[in-house]
Amino acid sequence: MDILHLLLETGFWVATVRMATPLIFGTLGELICERAGVLNLGIEGIMAAGCMAGWTWVYFGGDLWTGIVFAAFIGAMFGLLHSLFTVHLGLSQHVTGLGITMLASALSSFIFRMLLPSATTPPKIVPFAPVKIPVLGDIPVLGEILFYQSPVTLLAFLAVIGVAWFLYKTPAGLALCMTGENPMAVESQGLSVFAIRTLAVMAGSALMAIGGAFLTMSAFDAYYIGMVNGRGWICIALVVFSSWKPGKALLGAVLFAAFDAMQMRVQQQASMVVPYQFYLMMPYVFSILALIIMSRRSAYPKALLIPFRKGER
Amino acid sequence: MRLEPRENISLLHRAMVPVGAALVALLVCSVLIVWAGASPFEALLLFIKGSVGSKFAVSETLTRTIPLIFTGLAAAVAFRAKLWNIGAEGQLYAGACIATWLGTGLIDLPGWLMLPLLFAAGAVAGGLLLLGPTMLKNWLAVDEVVTTLLLNFIVLLFVNWLVFGPWKDPMAMGWPQAAPVVDSAILEPLIAKTRLHWGLVIGLVAALCVWLVMRYTTWGYEIRAVGCNRKASTFVGIPVNSVIIRTALISGGLAGCAGVSELCGLKGYLTLDLSPGFGYSGIVVAMLAALHPIGVVFSALFIAMLSIGADSMSRSLNISNYIADVATAVSLLAVLVSMLLTRYRIRWR
Amino acid sequence: MQDKQLLLDIQGITKRFGNLVANDRIGLQLQEGEILALLGENGAGKTTLMNILFGHYVADEGSITVSGIPLQPGSPREALKAGLGMVHQHFTLAENMTVLDNIMLGTESMFSFGRKDGRAREKIRRLCDQYELDVDHRSLVKHLSVGQRQRVEILKALYRDTRILILDEPTAVLTPQESDHLFATLQLLVEKGLAVIFITHKLREVVAASDRCVVLRHGRVTYTSVTAETSIDVLAREMVGGEIPEVRRPPVQSGANLLKLDTITVSDPHHYTLLDNLSLTVNSGEIIGIAGVSGNGQTHLADLISGLITPNSGTLCLHGSEVKKFSPQDMIHHGVGRIPEDRTGTGLIGDMTVKENLALENYTRSPFSRFGLLNFKALSHRTREITSCYDVRCGGPDSAARNMSGGNMQKLILGRVLSENPTVIIANQPTWGLDVGATAFVHRQLIEASRNGAGVIVISEDLDELFTVADFIHVMYKGTLSERIRPADTSARDLGLAMSGQRSVLHSVSLKEVQS
Repeated sequence: MDILHLLLETGFWVATVRMATPLIFGTLGELICERAGVLNLGIEGIMAAGCMAGWTWVYFGGDLWTGIVFAAFIGAMFGLLHSLFTVHLGLSQHVTGLGITMLASALSSFIFRMLLPSATTPPKIVPFAPVKIPVLGDIPVLGEILFYQSPVTLLAFLAVIGVAWFLYKTPAGLALCMTGENPMAVESQGLSVFAIRTLAVMAGSALMAIGGAFLTMSAFDAYYIGMVNGRGWICIALVVFSSWKPGKALLGAVLFAAFDAMQMRVQQQASMVVPYQFYLMMPYVFSILALIIMSRRSAYPKALLIPFRKGER
Repeated sequence: MRLEPRENISLLHRAMVPVGAALVALLVCSVLIVWAGASPFEALLLFIKGSVGSKFAVSETLTRTIPLIFTGLAAAVAFRAKLWNIGAEGQLYAGACIATWLGTGLIDLPGWLMLPLLFAAGAVAGGLLLLGPTMLKNWLAVDEVVTTLLLNFIVLLFVNWLVFGPWKDPMAMGWPQAAPVVDSAILEPLIAKTRLHWGLVIGLVAALCVWLVMRYTTWGYEIRAVGCNRKASTFVGIPVNSVIIRTALISGGLAGCAGVSELCGLKGYLTLDLSPGFGYSGIVVAMLAALHPIGVVFSALFIAMLSIGADSMSRSLNISNYIADVATAVSLLAVLVSMLLTRYRIRWR
Repeated sequence: MQDKQLLLDIQGITKRFGNLVANDRIGLQLQEGEILALLGENGAGKTTLMNILFGHYVADEGSITVSGIPLQPGSPREALKAGLGMVHQHFTLAENMTVLDNIMLGTESMFSFGRKDGRAREKIRRLCDQYELDVDHRSLVKHLSVGQRQRVEILKALYRDTRILILDEPTAVLTPQESDHLFATLQLLVEKGLAVIFITHKLREVVAASDRCVVLRHGRVTYTSVTAETSIDVLAREMVGGEIPEVRRPPVQSGANLLKLDTITVSDPHHYTLLDNLSLTVNSGEIIGIAGVSGNGQTHLADLISGLITPNSGTLCLHGSEVKKFSPQDMIHHGVGRIPEDRTGTGLIGDMTVKENLALENYTRSPFSRFGLLNFKALSHRTREITSCYDVRCGGPDSAARNMSGGNMQKLILGRVLSENPTVIIANQPTWGLDVGATAFVHRQLIEASRNGAGVIVISEDLDELFTVADFIHVMYKGTLSERIRPADTSARDLGLAMSGQRSVLHSVSLKEVQS
């Protein structure tokens, strides 16, 4: 009864779409990396770096949109580091990714503390305000849910369309998908597997960082250490859930955010019966369940996790 | 740029790996320290003083080494079999939970019986926690990296509930912590008036045992074979799935022991800050040691020095102590590269 | 021939890897409308030369000129632009993508915002008509047969307006009939002004399909001739650099029945039939050859006898008693010696030592381990025995297996298997990728084992190999086996027809006839 009521509430769906935004960016970013054959476990740290970078930019007088660009740039730099290690040197993608996460998280925290040594309560910035899209925003219910959101959320929707178009409709997207399926095919056609993978990991990491920046610049207005809180790992599960398809990634992120928003509402209403910690576990439990359900049919990129070495067969 | 395999790898090359990694970490941190406006030489001096400069410092460093030996061994064993156990943090808390449950009054035996029982129970809890992701990996090919990572969050929330809810100690003046373990469950100090406890000896024995198993037994041989080449191991009739499950139980068990040792040796009661990420640092410890069980002892010591020394140094110089985390991460990445360079040489065309 | 244009001119190419000289002052010319066969053993330097030609390596010395224009070294892109096209032995196709995707890859600007699929389809259709290549550009590559995939590879090259097409071991995976089809296509190509190089070690093909042939040995060009003026014997001698080691096969004396497969059926989880109602009998002293195009169930037959898969129905009897439990350990225990297809991937563990690799199948047994403890002394002792007995060249028992050459790896596997005196031996592609010397060694060992009473099954795509070692041949097609055939009663042509499904041409041997 209550849940049905909740699902009909516009405010619930507005919250869902808002909460889905970082997941959409993160999942798309990871999807691009994996489509090119590189697992990027740096995502958790790169999102944290994006959080930090975007917020700092604005706090020290930068403009919000250039803050997003700056976060993306920082993300791309960590992506470059990851690709140097995994693509060019062929190191273990698992261990390198964890190393990148450790490095990015530690650096973010260190720099935050260094820039603001004496701050006891996290200082605030003026975040993105929701923007109403003319005409579309006036559609009842749907307009409020989809077209009266933070501009970064709208950017996320555009990113889904953009990534899908890129993967399926452009020559560069074809080359990227081929690199994840059979790098030899790409190399034998005169394209550089190293270059494609490097660019893919950089672009994917930039998207992840934008997802992180959304947290400090739109969803909240301050930076907390540890605020990404496993969202990156959830995105990795969502990529499997989406079978490496951008459309399904969007669907998965929204579905996931809906569960998350629901547990928050239910938690407020009935916190006496079940302790709130169990509600907070739900996102992680759902991620594991999603992995289990999709395990049988997921058609992962064939060259995922396999380093490419020139001239080797 | 191309990588060319080296024909033979000298011992000197191997020895250079951790040294090189430490140097790179030092260099990166110096840059950060200069940026923060302090002198790196002064920082280094303070760092050394803070980690090994006094009896107290040494005892603190060794105390910090203990959990890292356990989690480092956990990662080393699992990674040998290419089982990517990133869940040592959760397994550590699982071990500590069971020990708390048993050790805070449920049973009270003499110490020589109580402690082995708690360690065994903690090991079982840690092992069982890793069993789930391992089964999913074996049967459904679900990536264990993500499942073990996510389990860490679930376990921590569970502990959060325990210490805020049913296990909250009414005598703790409102702090979220469980009741202290009974006296017979306390690991005695190794040196009087320090926090260094018998866990160190247990950790060293564990490292020795793991090394002996990996080197001299058919179990260790199977783990190495499965890790190096799963397909060939299946072909020659090694029971791959049960080897991986066995590895998972050993690895999770070692991580569980870390929790018991911290609980019974250092804290005395279960809290949410029992482990400041020992599970994750364990991965770095294992990689620094090139997955060698005896090497784990030394790399655990190194990582412990990093965090204790950086703590004390950052307090004196007013630099954030997150610099220890940066150093840890940098040394992990550096060791990966230097390990590669022992096996390959880089040719620029 | 005089007025034809010189398309490719390779002059004095030298390439060294450390102390090894892979290519030593190689010179090669190719004219328009010519089919050149490049012959050589494994390790003769063919692959290195091709990698240099396609810009994957840069030569230490020498120059390459294509259509009169010097080729910029070290750039695959430039090589493709100059009109060089390559069909690799292991196809470079992405299986989960369509033929169209595979062909279009890299042919358009990376900065373009849209693919021009329509124009590409049109061009592919035109090329298919022009060169009589029958491929549907919409299908996924994974649904295509080997022959079709090869046509996609050729189309890929033609789509880029290739003038020189190079094929690496193009017939390794084809039936003789498919090979003929390929050669007809190549003939059509050169008639339209292209030039073709094909790399091979099968001499018969050289004579059948090329205009000119070049032999490479130890990185040097040792022999060049117009094909019509040479013979198979001359080419064979030039390729090996001396007399070819002879493999003598004493007459077969079939003994007691060792292995009997009766109406075995195996399906995959999607209920796709892999082995279909298959029966096979192997007697003591026999070498049974299994011929067939790869992908017709040979791997599954090998896996079944190796204990890796369990049949859905049917029985497998070893020494007269039915095998109930299928696992590698059980098969080893019953005396089955297993030589796998992929020696680096499944046969050995490259990162472990030679000693440890030899223990893989018997480490649980005394004296190699007791109470779960390994006995290193016994292992070293056995390693020295086997390495000397089977002539394995390695850096000692404690050196890593990955540093050995392919031939020595195979000898090590042979040693591991044969030293246990197995009664049934299943060898899947035992000489794939080996040089002539190592091949002869493997053949001699298998023959010796069979004459000592073992029953041997050799699975091979190389008909010459089966004619050399097998006492009887079965042809495998779509998971079924033909009747037993005596090599003397058949020909490569007939076997080829049977490999593509036409069984009626074969004269089978009745079992009674064998045992009498």
